[in-house]
Amino acid sequence: MKKQWRLMSNLSSRASLQWLFKMAWRDGKASISRLMLFMASIILGIAAVVSIQLFSENLKQNIKNQSKALMGADFIIDSRQLPSKKVQAIIDSLNVAASEVNFVSMAAFPKNDGTKLVKVRAIEGDFPFYGTLDTEPIIASSQYQKSGGALVDATLMLQFNLIPGDSIKLGKLTFPIIGALKSVPGSTAVSSTVAPPVLIPFRFIDDTELLQLGSRKEYQYFFVATPKTDLELLEKKIDPILDYENADLDTHTSTSERLGRRYDNVSKFLNLAAFIALLLGCVGIASSVHIYIKEKLKNVAVLKCIGATRKQTFLIYLIQIAGIGLIGGIIGSSIGVGLQYAFPYFLKGFLPFDVQISITAQPLIMGILLGVLMSVLFALLPLLGTWYVSPLEVLRGTDENLVKPRKARLFTLAAILLFIFLFSFWLLKDALFGLVFTVGILITFSIMAGMASLFMKVIKKYFPSNWGFTERQSLLNLFRPNNQTMVLILAIGLGTFFISTLYFTKDILLAKTSVENNSENANIILMDVQAEQNEAVVNTVISKGLKVINNIPIVTMRMYQIKDKLVNDIRKDSTSTMNQWILNHEFRVTYRDSLLVSEELLEGVWIKKREPGESILVSISDNIARDADLEIGDQLIFNVQGVLMETSIGSIRKVDWGRMQVNFSVVFPIGVLENAPQFNVVTTNVQNEVNSADLQRDLVKKFPNISVLDLRQMYTIIEDILDKISWIINFMAFFSILTGIIVLIGSVKNSKYQRIKESVLLRTLGAKSKQIIRITALEYVYLGILGSLLGILLSLISSQLLATLLFKEPFIPSVVPFLVFLPGITILVLIIGLSNIRSVLKSPPLEVLRKES
Amino acid sequence: MTKILNIHELEKTYTSGSKKLTVLSNISFEVEKGSTFSIVGPSGSGKTTLLGLCAGLDHPSNGTIELCGSKLEDLNEDERAQLRNKKVGFIFQNFQLLPTLTALENVIVPLELQGNKNAAKMGMELLQKVGLADRFHHYPSQLSGGEQQRVALARAFSNKPSILFADEPTGNLDEETGEKVIQLLFQLNKEAGTTLVIITHDLDLANRTQQILRLKGGKIMSNEKTMEINE
Repeated sequence: MKKQWRLMSNLSSRASLQWLFKMAWRDGKASISRLMLFMASIILGIAAVVSIQLFSENLKQNIKNQSKALMGADFIIDSRQLPSKKVQAIIDSLNVAASEVNFVSMAAFPKNDGTKLVKVRAIEGDFPFYGTLDTEPIIASSQYQKSGGALVDATLMLQFNLIPGDSIKLGKLTFPIIGALKSVPGSTAVSSTVAPPVLIPFRFIDDTELLQLGSRKEYQYFFVATPKTDLELLEKKIDPILDYENADLDTHTSTSERLGRRYDNVSKFLNLAAFIALLLGCVGIASSVHIYIKEKLKNVAVLKCIGATRKQTFLIYLIQIAGIGLIGGIIGSSIGVGLQYAFPYFLKGFLPFDVQISITAQPLIMGILLGVLMSVLFALLPLLGTWYVSPLEVLRGTDENLVKPRKARLFTLAAILLFIFLFSFWLLKDALFGLVFTVGILITFSIMAGMASLFMKVIKKYFPSNWGFTERQSLLNLFRPNNQTMVLILAIGLGTFFISTLYFTKDILLAKTSVENNSENANIILMDVQAEQNEAVVNTVISKGLKVINNIPIVTMRMYQIKDKLVNDIRKDSTSTMNQWILNHEFRVTYRDSLLVSEELLEGVWIKKREPGESILVSISDNIARDADLEIGDQLIFNVQGVLMETSIGSIRKVDWGRMQVNFSVVFPIGVLENAPQFNVVTTNVQNEVNSADLQRDLVKKFPNISVLDLRQMYTIIEDILDKISWIINFMAFFSILTGIIVLIGSVKNSKYQRIKESVLLRTLGAKSKQIIRITALEYVYLGILGSLLGILLSLISSQLLATLLFKEPFIPSVVPFLVFLPGITILVLIIGLSNIRSVLKSPPLEVLRKES
Repeated sequence: MTKILNIHELEKTYTSGSKKLTVLSNISFEVEKGSTFSIVGPSGSGKTTLLGLCAGLDHPSNGTIELCGSKLEDLNEDERAQLRNKKVGFIFQNFQLLPTLTALENVIVPLELQGNKNAAKMGMELLQKVGLADRFHHYPSQLSGGEQQRVALARAFSNKPSILFADEPTGNLDEETGEKVIQLLFQLNKEAGTTLVIITHDLDLANRTQQILRLKGGKIMSNEKTMEINE
């Protein structure tokens, strides 16, 4: 007999798959309004993830394009000498697209007998391949090669009152000036530019006779990569070979990385926003399904009573939830894609660039998969209830015998945590961060659940029995059976937690961009200021109404001995792995007693001052330590313009080279170099081009030896990027916060079905509208205040941790979440709560019960 | 005659903390196939618990139950569900229709669970029998209490059960409607040749069955054949 039932059971299961879908559809169709709230959470979460992922991809692409524009090519091979056979073979094999030789030389202007140190760039080919030669007139950029003229830096032309048609003499040749050069890729980096650029066609370079043996020059070869080229791999493979031949490979990706930590942080923030938006969606799903399934348990008991198996009843609702997840995922992904296309329309006038939209398949597929996965996973806990509900409930009408399977619940929770970990790992590409995020969410969830539980216990224990009826009823609602305290505090608390965390994080990043965008940053650098000129130069700057931001002493020197080996010996040693640039580089060194904001001490002790008789402890940047294989205590002997100076490494610093300020690889303590031959670098900030030219004219007239470096062009690019970043941070934060608010509305709206029967019963027993409103309002106010306060307080901790560990920026909490989110969310919860019982107040009790059932 | 339900020394206890509450003890009786049987007793006497156990909705603490030739203690939850689906029908005091399904969909659920391809046609015939064919697309909330119970009757008979358990079938209905439902119940039962087990407070209703089991305090007070059998 038992065998016979097993056989029947199997046959029945096989025959009923179609029926399960049919039942899921029938039941879902009748519950469409409740499921819509559930679907809204999925749609918003997925829309946020997909739009952020796509936008993040597009942003990366746009910034990548800008980094290409800064370089003018995908990658460059450069060398201080004519390439060796080996290097030339590599250049040829990589299919060079353009080349140049550049060097610093004096230029003369016959028009007014002026002279100026310039950087001559002799170019062959259609350089640049990204970005543009911005010239005045525009046509000059395409004519200079053909007509054999020169493009001269625009500020330089202003300084010397030059106009197109005038001439410039470089060595033995005089070139007609075809146009003013406003910007050119490759002429923005501080390290390579100490003189304004002048572009000439390469074919005239020999006739200038400026390329003498031994003169300081640089050969550059520009390449355009195919879309499939892995630049990182290329750099990894070829750079060591080139290094050995005294050449170097630079990719545009490494240039964009050098734009600094700002970009990294924005990328991290966008991923955080996506992560939070999705988690908000999950909170919405969990709270909606919890209440939805609770309502369905009676149906499950009836189905079991009339012969449905546990598997069948479980599958009916699993199919329903997965189906909603699939539809939500598709709609959410479509909205995410739609938002991409809508961005350029919304952003007209806001964004300083045209967004190039392209849709990649990965975020779309992920969006749909995530929709199904997050729905099923976060619905699984309440769904488990359908498996264990007893058919006896039909007769008894209570769920007191409902088994709560510990193992299955733990398994589900573990699966949820794994999902969060994998999702954060996918976004952050860092297992440790993913783990920290997951544990952080678990701790936050536990604290909230613990606080909600404690809250209920405290109210129960210290219940104010002498309060009035409505006040007591509202408090009773918080802990009696069928209460919604835990679910709503978790939903409101987690929702507020995510919203506030995002708000605080947004502040952390925007504070940084605004600090860097002010007039405290130097945009004019005056080089080669001799010691005896220093005071007069400073006075000239001040007389123009400008502020001297830095006045930095610089001593030039070269490495003479590294550890116990002479540099000359290392050069000859074919087994040496030391990076060649260290051996040949002329270091510009300063001395000071403190670290800059762009520096971070990694190892050793920062020495402020060297007392007489003590050894000299210098600080080196981490890239020197890496390239020369140096450690704390290692000996370095410098050749300071003929004098050997023995030092030891006292500290190693991390330097943010991307910051627009004068940074140094080697820093001496005070009390060593004061009497060495030196010059100063003076920095200031000018408002505009005219002020810049005015200052430069004055300085060149009084101090012809001084080179003036104008960083404003570089700043314009950086400011453009920062503007984009600020806008995107604000937009994404706003989008995720909106998601959170809608999820909150959904969660509280769903709680309607918990309270409607009680309210109708009270109405039946004669309660006045005012009493029902008061009971409901107080309950939602308690839940709103506790949930949002918990969320904001915990977000302070999470934001501090994010600031310290992820963004590495200081965190100063804003009061906005306390002043706006706390009352705002409480009022929102109250309004939705009251709207839930509107039908009870307006219609007869029986009508409400019929309608709501 | 063949026994369709055989209960032997049944006991049901609940444990609450350290306390042990015996709801049913030493219950033994048999129900003949095709007969009508009622269980009566005051509130708290254990009637509903006994029904739950007989139908395999709950597990006894002691004793055995043989339903339609199957020993329930040998079957797992899913096998019991299958047994109910094939052999058992139910009628509840609160009708227990699925609120999200129409009248017709409610009726055909047991047939669809069996994989019956003519479910819709058979469901309509049953709704015709209970006089609700024109209301087949209505949801339970759009039907009166009596109409809901008639849909429940149609559902109970849809799988051609061998035994039908009815828990206070008129408990939520007025006298007139209740009488109509009972007449319909007996009529359908006679047509189908089903064994009928009714739990009721109503002695008049109980007297219309062939045998009455009286319960009090979880024990059998009497188990007698009725003199008068309503046709």
